Amino acid sequence: MKDFINRFGFPRLIIIIFLILLMAVAIYLDIPLSGLITDILVRFGMNAILVLAMVPGIQAGIGLNFNIPLGIICGLIGALISVEFKLQGFVGLFASILIAIPLAIITGFFYGKMLNRVKGQEMTVGNYVGYSVVSFMCIFWLLAPFRSPELIWAYGGSGLRVTVSLESSIRHVLNNFLAFNIGNITVPTGLILFFALFALIIWLYSRSHKGLSMIVAGSNEKFALSNGIDVDKERIKGTVISTVLAAIGIIVYSQAFGFLQLYNAPLYSAMPAAAAILIGGASIKRASIAHVIIGTLLFQSLLVIALPVINVIAEGSMSEVIRIIVSNGIILYALTREGGKAA
Amino acid sequence: MIVPIIFLIICIVGSFFTGLPFSFLFDEMVIRLARNLILVISLILPVITGLGLNFAITLGAIAGQIALIIITNFTIGGFRGFILSILISTPFAILFGYLVGKVLNKARGKEMITSMVLGFFANGIYQLVFLLFAGTIIPIRNKDLLLTSGVGIKNTIDLANIKYALDFLIPFGKVSEKLGQYPVTTLLVALFVFLLLNYFLKTKLGQDMRAVGHDIEIARVSGINVERTRIISVIISTVLAAWGQIIFLQNIGTMQTYASHEQVGLFAVASLLVGGATVEKASWKEALIGTFLFHFLFVISPLAGQNLLGNAQIGEYFRAFVAYGVIGLALVLHAWEKDKARTRLSDTEAK
Repeated sequence: MKDFINRFGFPRLIIIIFLILLMAVAIYLDIPLSGLITDILVRFGMNAILVLAMVPGIQAGIGLNFNIPLGIICGLIGALISVEFKLQGFVGLFASILIAIPLAIITGFFYGKMLNRVKGQEMTVGNYVGYSVVSFMCIFWLLAPFRSPELIWAYGGSGLRVTVSLESSIRHVLNNFLAFNIGNITVPTGLILFFALFALIIWLYSRSHKGLSMIVAGSNEKFALSNGIDVDKERIKGTVISTVLAAIGIIVYSQAFGFLQLYNAPLYSAMPAAAAILIGGASIKRASIAHVIIGTLLFQSLLVIALPVINVIAEGSMSEVIRIIVSNGIILYALTREGGKAA
Repeated sequence: MIVPIIFLIICIVGSFFTGLPFSFLFDEMVIRLARNLILVISLILPVITGLGLNFAITLGAIAGQIALIIITNFTIGGFRGFILSILISTPFAILFGYLVGKVLNKARGKEMITSMVLGFFANGIYQLVFLLFAGTIIPIRNKDLLLTSGVGIKNTIDLANIKYALDFLIPFGKVSEKLGQYPVTTLLVALFVFLLLNYFLKTKLGQDMRAVGHDIEIARVSGINVERTRIISVIISTVLAAWGQIIFLQNIGTMQTYASHEQVGLFAVASLLVGGATVEKASWKEALIGTFLFHFLFVISPLAGQNLLGNAQIGEYFRAFVAYGVIGLALVLHAWEKDKARTRLSDTEAK
C-alpha cells in the first residue's frame, strides 16, 4: 500500500479523493453532470496548450517556465492585430497565430540567452522578468496605436480596453468546429483536435534526434557536453518552443473564453499552468505529454466541479481560494522534493 | 552603488515634473519611512544567513493581521490594544517562521522562489480561515467584523481604535508644534530595532548566521548547526515582519483584510534592492536608502506620469514596473556575477 502511494504520488491521491468527494456531493445536490462534463471538456481544451508550454522548458532544463506571460503577450498582440484588421473566423485565428509566432521566437530567443547567464536561478528570475514584462506592457496597452472601436474605449479613457470582446472575430471558432452532442454533453471537437495536433508535434519532436539532445542537455549537463551537445543552444531551443506554445495557447484560450484579457491579466497565468503539469505527475526535471493531459484534466475538473458545489454550501469566492491553495500547494511540494523525483 | 544612484536621478528629475512643494514631499516621506522601515529591516537577516530575499515575510504580515483581527474582535483600543496585538502576533509569527524555515531548509538553492510560492499558499489558507471559518467554527463576538451573511470577515476593517497608537505615543507636539505632526515615536522604534539588529549581529548567533551565509559547508565543519541557524533567522524575520505590519496598519488606520498583506513582500524586497542591496549582502544602510528612494518614487510617479504624458495611469503602471523590474534586474545581475565567478573558478581548475 505504501509503495503504491509512493509511486502514485501523495498529492495526486489527495486531489483524486477530493475530486471524487466533490463529484459525490454534486450528484447528491442534483447538479446536472452533463453541464459539468461539457465545462470540463472546454476548460481542458482551453488550458491544455498553455500547460503543454511547460514541457519543453522542463525538458531543456530551465525548470518550470514562470515566464510564459512573455509568450502570452506575444499571443495577445497577434490577436489584437487580427481584430484591428477585422479578420474573422479561421482566417482571424490563423492570422493571430502567424503574427504571434515570430514575435514569440524573437522574445523567447533573447529570454533564453538571458537564462543561460543565470543558471540555477531560472525560476525566480523568470517569475520577476515575467512580472516586469507584464507591467511594462500595461503602459504599452495604454499608448498602443490601435484604432478599431472594438479595441479602444468608446468614450473617455485612453488606450485599449481591459477586456476585448471577440464576439465578432474569433470567438468559439475552434470550439464550434465539428462540435457534436452526446445527449446533453457538447464535445468541442476542434478545440481538442487542435491541442492533440500540438501535443503530437511535441511528442514527435521529443522522439526525434534533435528533441533527444535537448532532453539530454536538460537532464545531465556534463553528460551532454561530453557527447558534444551545445547545452546553451538546447536550452534556448526549449525556451523558444515554450514561449511559442504559450503564445498559441493564449489565443486558443481567448477564443474559447470569448475575450482577450489585457493589462494585469497575464500576471498570474504561469501558476495554474505549472500547477496543472505537476498535478499530472511531472517534476521540475521531468515532464511528458501524459503529465499534461492527466494534470490538466484533474486540475480543471477540480475547479469546474468545485464551483457549483461550493456555491451551494459556502460563500462565493471559495472556489477561487481552493484554486490558490491547490495550485500553490502542489508547486511548493514539487520545489521541496529532491531534484529528480516526481511530485 | 550604481542602482541607488540611478534611482536618485530618476527621483530628482521626476520630482521636478510633479511640481509638488518640497515641504509636502518631505512630510510624506517621513510618514512613509516610519510606516515601512521595520518591514524592510525584517528582510536583512535571511539575506545575511544566505537564504536570499525572504518573500515569505507575507506570513509575518498575516500573523500581524490575525492579531489585529483579534483585538478588534474584543474592541481593545489605544496603546494597550497596540501592545496587545504585538504580543498576540508574536507566537503566531514564531510558529509561521518555524514552518517557513523548515520548508526552506528542504528547498535549498531554490529558497527565493519557494518563499514566494509559500507566500501565495499562506494567503490561500488565510482566506480559507477568515472567509469560511470565521463566524462558523471560530466564534466572532464583534458583529461589525463579519460580512452581512454572518460568515467571513469583512473586506475592510476599521482600525480607528488603534490608529496612531504608536505614532504619537510620546507627545512631542507639546515640545514643538512642528515635531508633533510627525510619527516620531515610530521612527524612534525603528531606530531601536536598527541598533538591536546591529548588536545581534555581533553576538555568537549573529556571527553564526554570517558564517552560514558565507559557506554552509565550512560552517557545518566548524560545528554550527546550520539548519537550526537558518530557521532562527527566518523566525526573527517573520516576527519583525509581523510587528512591522502592525505598525504599518496603525498608521494607515484601515485594514484591507484580504489585500493588505499581499504586496508586503514585493514592496519590501524592491525597497531593499533599490537601496543597493543584493541577494547576498544587505544592511541597515541599504534598507534606509532603499525605503526612502522607492517610496519617493511611489509618491511622485502618478503625478509625474500625469504631467509628462498626460495620463496618471501610466505613472501607476510605471510604479509597478519599477517594483517588479528592480527585483528582476537585481536577480539577473546577481546570478550573472555568480555564473561568471563559477566559470573563472573552473578555468583556473583546468589550468
